Amino acid sequence: MCGIAGVVALRPETPPPSLRSLEAMVGALRHRGPDEFGLYRDRRAGLGHARLSIIDLVSGQQPMSNEDGSLWVVFNGEVFNYLELREELVALGHRFRTRSDTEVVVHAWEAWGEQAFERFNGQFAIALWDARGEELVLARDRLGVRPVYLCEHGGRLWFASEVKALFAGDPSIPRALDPVGLAETFTFWTVIPPRSVFQGITELEPGHVRRVSRSGTVDRAFWTPRYPVGAGSGFTGSLPEAVERVGAALEQAVRLRMLRADVPVGSYLSGGLDSSIIAALGRRVKGDKFCTFSLRFDDAEFDETPYQRAVAARVGSDHREVLVRRGDIAACFPEVVAFAERPLLRTAPAPLFLLSRLVRDAGIKVVLTGEGADEMFAGYDLFREGKVRRFWGRQPGSVLRPRLLERLYPYLARSPVAQQAMAREFFGRDRAEFAAPGFAHRTRWQAAAALQRLFTGDLRRSLERVDVIAQLLGSLPAEFSSWVPLAQDQYLETRTLLSGYLLSSQGDRMLMAHSVEGRFPYLDADVVELANSLPARFKLRGLDEKHVLKRAATGLVPEEVLRRTKQPYRAPDAQSFVGPGSPDWIAEVLDERAVADAGVFEPRTVERLWNKCQATGGGTQFSNADNMALVGVLSTGLLHAQLVRATPVRRPDLPFKTWVDREAVPGSRQDRAPATPDRSVI
Amino acid sequence: MSRQQGAVADVTRRQLEEVALETRDRMRQFVVDNFYVADPSDLADDTSLINSGLVDSTGMLEVIAFLESELGVRVMDQEMIPANLETIGRIVDFVARKRAAAGPAT
Repeated sequence: MCGIAGVVALRPETPPPSLRSLEAMVGALRHRGPDEFGLYRDRRAGLGHARLSIIDLVSGQQPMSNEDGSLWVVFNGEVFNYLELREELVALGHRFRTRSDTEVVVHAWEAWGEQAFERFNGQFAIALWDARGEELVLARDRLGVRPVYLCEHGGRLWFASEVKALFAGDPSIPRALDPVGLAETFTFWTVIPPRSVFQGITELEPGHVRRVSRSGTVDRAFWTPRYPVGAGSGFTGSLPEAVERVGAALEQAVRLRMLRADVPVGSYLSGGLDSSIIAALGRRVKGDKFCTFSLRFDDAEFDETPYQRAVAARVGSDHREVLVRRGDIAACFPEVVAFAERPLLRTAPAPLFLLSRLVRDAGIKVVLTGEGADEMFAGYDLFREGKVRRFWGRQPGSVLRPRLLERLYPYLARSPVAQQAMAREFFGRDRAEFAAPGFAHRTRWQAAAALQRLFTGDLRRSLERVDVIAQLLGSLPAEFSSWVPLAQDQYLETRTLLSGYLLSSQGDRMLMAHSVEGRFPYLDADVVELANSLPARFKLRGLDEKHVLKRAATGLVPEEVLRRTKQPYRAPDAQSFVGPGSPDWIAEVLDERAVADAGVFEPRTVERLWNKCQATGGGTQFSNADNMALVGVLSTGLLHAQLVRATPVRRPDLPFKTWVDREAVPGSRQDRAPATPDRSVI
Repeated sequence: MSRQQGAVADVTRRQLEEVALETRDRMRQFVVDNFYVADPSDLADDTSLINSGLVDSTGMLEVIAFLESELGVRVMDQEMIPANLETIGRIVDFVARKRAAAGPAT
């Protein structure tokens, strides 16, 4: 895994990019790739690369070019089927100098153009610079595992894996939070690309390729999720056949991710079904030492230690754990936000920040995770809830149908009448709209959006005519309404929470903070296509979630893991920040002047929130709203302080291993180049 | 009704109205503080506390705790329904009914 950065002049009269800018961008991405640094510059463009060496450790340096030096690439991520693609390219007459996947990207572009990206089974962010045709090509993997941010400023297009690299590249780029990006975050828990939470900064959409040349900018989706439409489309086999196909596809996905690496690969292990399957398959591929890594929680409510240890024992892995206490979350939260680069409504990324540190300290650079299984195979309560509420909506007066809610949320059956009546009120509102797009998600979105009441009057006025839910629902693909309700819910979940939050704030950013690459077998191209093609009843059978996956896992994971009730991954939220011993940064972020300076929240309202949270102390349960509100206020304040208010950090010189400067003036700055620059590629 | 009786009834009605006003104000203040409302003018007597997203299920337990500890009203299980608790207006009416049923304060 790596960090990429670059800049391209958009006007003929714009001077060449400065080396200092490129160096600063690479420096800001150092955590993503601490092993080697590379830089390329010509009259029109510059590319930068921070490398985490995983494949072809010796000769995989970047930026890398084609044979005649007319095409340059920087590449973050993996194309897992690169060996198969390489064979095809060799058959087409392409000659390779290295064993790296990066070189395959270069030749694939030459051979297939934009169609190359559909052939990639991987997780990638790629920038190709055609120096002869003066064209920049940016591409991002299907589901957005790897990030690319963009900014037009001063007649140039800047791009980088992280926003902080854009700000470091040119400190005159304005830094401000975007009102609509904030409204989206305080609705969906994430912005919806191409929007970012920073004004003037955009994100390349997952599954998209962008071409930037003199004739303009063109964006195109090379992949979008597809689900069966009508009878006869999609998977037509039996359930046992589906179980077999899913098992085989997952094993192949794990195999590719284990073996396409020149360094050891470990696995995260949550104790749930998804990561247990991955760990078991990973161990099957790799006979010898195989490391698993788990989070334990001091708070029993969130802890899954017994299940983790049961799986580790069954798999026979070298198992490592990190115990997370509330204070640990509070202590690392400023760093977590600086890496996540967005407001967070949950602290759940923080323990994953600590977990990737454990991985790095164990000397492992790559881990498999179970991320994506809940989206692809329908694991979330939201999907079950949507099914029950739609069922109820078709007979809105039914007394019996809402009682199915008790099967979803068993605590309701034990609750006083009060909570049952209130729950019916909550889950039953809008049930007449059961056929509308976004029906299942709307209750959750509205619960988060209600927190916008904390926004300042100015911010709320600027958002008066903005309806982010309507915008999202207005951007759905034409075939959306011909999909079955579960597929619609899966699509929305994938487009919002998976790409923007789970793969980013909880994924790439927390892993990369400690230079660890995550690999996601459930997001393998073949697994995704297979899962999406399955009939809804194979995934959500009655109210049994991930049915086909559970069947495929039989015999692979311990019986108790197969049978246990799904426990969503959570960490202590507001509880982490209240009570004695809370760190000093909290008072600084909540200080009236700091809150007013950030301009997002009304200081008096923040004070009310904080008073309430403190009054309840650390012992009691916080409501979902209080948790989201406090974490959201703190993370937004930290984001503003660290990425908006603070001057961008421009690190001192890095030791560049690859240094290709076609704009070099003899005698100047040559001292900056490495002693033995890689000139063979020029 | 004699004039005197009429005057007493007027006074009682005024007292009841004052109590209701006080209940309404205290209830509003509680919602504003406890659910951190930046702009109290958003909060009408008939704003649905649940549908507006101000109060979730845990929040409703906080409302009930407030009624019991601060307004001295015991809320029975079967009374915890939207008809009684969904809006500030309904809560004020509910409190008034409960107090009336409990008889004159001693």
